[in-house]
Amino acid sequence: MRFCEKFSLRRLKCLWLTVLLALLGWFLAADMLAQTEPEQFQNTSSAASGLLAMKSWSPYLAGAGIGILSWFAFLLSDHPLGVSTAFAKTSGMIEKAVRGDRTLEKKYYQRFEPGIDWEWMLVVGLLLGAFLSAGLSGDFVLTFTSGVWADRFGDGVAWRWLTAFVGGVLIGLGARWANGCTSGHALSGTMQLVASSWVAAAGIFAGGVVTALLIF
Amino acid sequence: MLKKLHERRRVQLLLGLSMGIFFGFFLQKGQVTKYDVIMGQLLLKDFTVVKVILTAIVVGMLGIYPLKRMGLVQLHPKPGSIGSTVVGSLIFGIGFALLGYCPGTAVGAVGQGSLDALFGGVTGILVGAALYSVIYPFVAKFVQDLGFFGEVTLQEVFHVSEVKMVLGMTMFILAFFVLLEIFGF
Repeated sequence: MRFCEKFSLRRLKCLWLTVLLALLGWFLAADMLAQTEPEQFQNTSSAASGLLAMKSWSPYLAGAGIGILSWFAFLLSDHPLGVSTAFAKTSGMIEKAVRGDRTLEKKYYQRFEPGIDWEWMLVVGLLLGAFLSAGLSGDFVLTFTSGVWADRFGDGVAWRWLTAFVGGVLIGLGARWANGCTSGHALSGTMQLVASSWVAAAGIFAGGVVTALLIF
Repeated sequence: MLKKLHERRRVQLLLGLSMGIFFGFFLQKGQVTKYDVIMGQLLLKDFTVVKVILTAIVVGMLGIYPLKRMGLVQLHPKPGSIGSTVVGSLIFGIGFALLGYCPGTAVGAVGQGSLDALFGGVTGILVGAALYSVIYPFVAKFVQDLGFFGEVTLQEVFHVSEVKMVLGMTMFILAFFVLLEIFGF
């Protein structure tokens, strides 16, 4: 209760917060226990390496990891976690390799200068980290198409890749149009309580849910 | 603020790489690099994606705001407008449902061997980003500033103190989790 007084909160609010926190803790513990099967620990010497070798974590644990990672990104690099600017810079670098320095005359590339920066390295790391995670848990599998898609639209790889490509183009366009993607807006912007990011998150979710319900 | 550290380019590139490794690791372990999990979310059947994002928001916020009070970090708010934020995010959302990955999770999915994320997804996003550089002068001139609302935070929109907004958001998200678990999602 003394903790709450520091922030001059009323007693009732403090009680609410405590109850909610307790409930969340309980759910988290139950959830993690339910998802952690004993067999997964059989061939490993410690719980820590068992955790690395698990195919999946509780979404709350993975989310908390990303949240804590954000503290370090702000503190050590003065940078929110974001991904889509790196795509724009990569496009710029490819265009520059093909068309030469004329590319840099484009207004957009004057604002986002093509080149390797912190965020670009973050995306390279992201690829490595996902590979590492999948490799440690035996979850690395080369797949040409994906489960729910194949169930609904058949195994044809060409159709899946074409749809994925069209989706990718819209994502690339939309992310730069909105000035951020699921990472820069819906993750990093929202945790800073930025209004535009909450609007973007709502837009992404709304557009995604409506489209998904229409095509499936 | 650790200004000196922020200015050391090589160290920063290395830091970016290492943080990316953690980012990709957490995304893959949280299963959000999986097409089925993301589509399950967009079809409102599986709330894994929302749980990961909202937990990251709560935990991130409860670290960043105190660090900001201590003067150790600064916020990086992005400006918003109806013409850019709303239009752009809706286009993004349509693409999101077609691809089944977002830019970050598409890269993560490549790391776990999903080739539709590589040949369809990552290639498409690069083409889309290049396409935007072509239409950018038009968007910047006619669309971007329609309904401009700037770099405001939620506490400024709702006229409440920073502490109240942070605690309010925490309670709101925690209550949402409790409801999700009660209804079995």
